[in-house]
Amino acid sequence: MPQRVLSIRIDGELVSTTEGKTILEAARASGKYIPTLCYLEGLSAVGACRLCIVQVAGIDRLLPACTTPVQNGMSVTTKSPKLAEYRRIAVELLLVERNHVCAVCVSNGHCELQAMACSLGVTHVRYPYDYPKLPVDMSHERFVLDQNRCILCTRCVRVCAEVEGAHVWEIISRGIQARLVSELNQAWGDAASCTNCGKCVQACPTGALSEKGHAVEEMVKRNDNISALAVWRGVEA
Amino acid sequence: MKRITIDHVTRIEGHAKITIHLDDAGHVANTQFHVTQVRGFEKLTEGRPYYEMPGITARICGICPVSHLLASSKACDAIMAIRVPPAGQMLRDLLHCAQIVQSHALSFFYLSAPDLLLGMDSNPEKRNVLGLIEKHPELARDGIELRKFGQQVIESLAKERIHPSWVVPGGVNAPMAREVRDQILATLPQANAIAGRTMDLFKSKIEGFPEEIAYFGSAPTMYAGMVDAEGNLRLYDGKLRFRGADGTIVQDQIAAEQYADFIAEAAQRDSYLKAPYYVPEGFPRGVYRVGPLARLNAADRCGTPRADRELEEFRQRFGRVAHSSFLYHYARLIEIIHALERMEMLLHEPKILESHVRAKAGVNALEGVGMIEAPRGTLIHHYKVNDEGAIVWANLIVATGHNVLAMNKSIQQVSQHFVNGNKLEEGMLNRVSAVVRAYDPCLSCSTHALGQIAMRIQLVGPEGELLDDLRSE
Repeated sequence: MPQRVLSIRIDGELVSTTEGKTILEAARASGKYIPTLCYLEGLSAVGACRLCIVQVAGIDRLLPACTTPVQNGMSVTTKSPKLAEYRRIAVELLLVERNHVCAVCVSNGHCELQAMACSLGVTHVRYPYDYPKLPVDMSHERFVLDQNRCILCTRCVRVCAEVEGAHVWEIISRGIQARLVSELNQAWGDAASCTNCGKCVQACPTGALSEKGHAVEEMVKRNDNISALAVWRGVEA
Repeated sequence: MKRITIDHVTRIEGHAKITIHLDDAGHVANTQFHVTQVRGFEKLTEGRPYYEMPGITARICGICPVSHLLASSKACDAIMAIRVPPAGQMLRDLLHCAQIVQSHALSFFYLSAPDLLLGMDSNPEKRNVLGLIEKHPELARDGIELRKFGQQVIESLAKERIHPSWVVPGGVNAPMAREVRDQILATLPQANAIAGRTMDLFKSKIEGFPEEIAYFGSAPTMYAGMVDAEGNLRLYDGKLRFRGADGTIVQDQIAAEQYADFIAEAAQRDSYLKAPYYVPEGFPRGVYRVGPLARLNAADRCGTPRADRELEEFRQRFGRVAHSSFLYHYARLIEIIHALERMEMLLHEPKILESHVRAKAGVNALEGVGMIEAPRGTLIHHYKVNDEGAIVWANLIVATGHNVLAMNKSIQQVSQHFVNGNKLEEGMLNRVSAVVRAYDPCLSCSTHALGQIAMRIQLVGPEGELLDDLRSE
C-alpha cells in the first residue's frame, strides 16, 4: 500500500514527506540541518543525546526530531535562541560528565562531540566538572574502550546488534552511573561474541572506541560506509 | 635570625621562591630554593595507553614540549622494541635542534639579556624584554628572529609550534617534503648570522661581570651530559657521561635503561621538586649539574666545526671544566651554533627525505626508558606497562630537577657574597634571582612576569616582626 503523503512546515517552509517518517528524516530529505550526535543514518533512533530537539507549534515541550514522527500539518522550528541554548546545555552536560580532554585525545580534530561543541559556540562550561575516575579497557587485541570519552550515545550498541548481529555491547546501570559494557560486563578481550569487525569503533563519535596504537589526533573514523551498509540491509526500525 | 623571602622569582619558567636566612649580624646563614607547585603527571597517566604518553606528557611544558614528546616517544620505542627508521631518527633529531635553538634564544634574549645588557642594578621597571627593545633594538630583534626561526622550523615539520602530534612512538607520522627542507636551508644563513653576532657581543660584554663569574655558583660539582661513543656532544641520542669537577670521567656510556643505577631522587621537605643525586656518591654529596654548561663540560667536543672553535676559546678562557653557573649563558650560545650546524648537516643527508619514517608494533617489552638532552639538561621518561599496554608506573626526571641541589648551592654562594641583611637593595636580590635564571629552570610551563617585575622581599625579625618590605610593581 503506498504511504500517505503528508505536508508539514519546517521553519516556515512547506515540506512534503510520507507517513512514518520522523521530523529529522523529513528535514534532512529537504536539505534542512538539525544537529545530532547519537543518530546515525541506517541505525534505529534512540533520542539519547537531545541535540536534535525542535519546537513543534502547539506543544509546549521540546521534542527530539530523531524519534518524533511527522503528523500532517505539523509546524516545526529547528532554529531559535531557545533551541540553541538548550543544545549548548546538552553538550556542556556531556562534557562535564566524563573526562573529555581534547588536547590529548586520539580523536582530537576528528571528534563529532568536539565539532558539535565548536559549531554550537560552547566557549565555556557553566557546570562543575564531575571528573569521574574511569577505566580504560585495553584487553582487546585491536581496539580500546576509553570510558572517559564515552557519551553513551549507544551507536556502538546499535551497530553491533543491528548490523553486525553480534550484540557485544550493552549499557549497565542508570543515570550518572550508566556505563558501556561488553558481553555481560566482562573485559572486551574476553568477549567471545566479538567478531573484531571494528564497526563499533567507526560508529563511535568520540575517542571512546579507537584502534590500538593510534597516537593523539590520529584516530580518523568513517561511518558513511556503516550507514550505507545499514540502509542497504534495511536495518532501520 | 632574620629571613628574606623572594616570592616569586621572576623571568623563569614556573613558580619558585627563595628563602634567605640571616644570622643576628645580618650575614647570610642559609638559603633555600622552593618549587611551589605540584604537577602529578606520573600519577594521572596511570591506566592510559602507553602510546598516548607523548601527547600527554608534552603538556608538562609549553616552552619545550618537543623535548617531552621526544623523550616520551623514545620510552615508547623501547616498549615496542622497535628501531626507528633512519629518516624518522633524523627528522626527530632535526626537530630537536630547532627546539634547542628556540628555547635557548628565549632564555638568553628574553629572560636573561635584560640582566646582562641593561645591568643587574638597572631600574627594575625597565629590566625586561621591553626595556631591552628600547635600549638595544637590534639585539632584541635578533632574539625575536632567532626564536622565530626555531619555532618556524618546528611548525614546518610538525605542523604546530606548540604541542605538535607529529612525533609518535616508532618515529614521526609524516615524512618531510622537499620544499620544507629547501625552505629551512634558505633561512639557516640568517639564523647563523644572528648566532654569530650575538656570540661576539656576549664575548665583548663578559669582561664586565667578573664578580658574577666568580660568585655565581662557582662551587665545583660533577657534570652530566649525553655523548656519543667518541665523546662528541649529542642532544637527541647518545649515552650519559658524568665528568668530575677535576675533569676526570667518572662514568661513561650510561644507556637510558641503566639510569637508575646512577641517578636516584631524594624527596625534599620544603619543595615539590625532588633532588636527583649521583648514586655512587650518595645524597647530598652526589650533586651534579646538567644543561648547556654541564654538557660542554662532559663532552670532549661538540663535533661540529664552528661550535668546536667557540668551545676551544671558551675552554682557553675558563679552563677545561668551567664551574661558574654564570657561564651557562655562554654555553647556551655555543649550543645554538652547534644546533644550527647540526641542522644543516642533517638537511644535507639524502636519506632524510625518505618516506619510511615510522615503525609500528604493539607491546613487546613491559618497561621502557627514553633519555634526551632537553635544552635545560638530561630528561628521562621511564614507563612500565602491563601486557595490554596500559601504563602502570611512570617516573619522569625533568632537566631542572637534576640542577636543584646545585642551584641551592649557587643561591647560597650568591647570597653570601651579595646580600647584606642590614640593608636591602633591589639589585642584590636581583642577583639572587639571576643565578637561578642562569640555570634557565623550567619549573613548569609558563612565564608570568613579562613586562613587569613582580617581586616582593620581606625582611622578618627574630620575633616575626616585619623589618623591611621591598616591593616592586
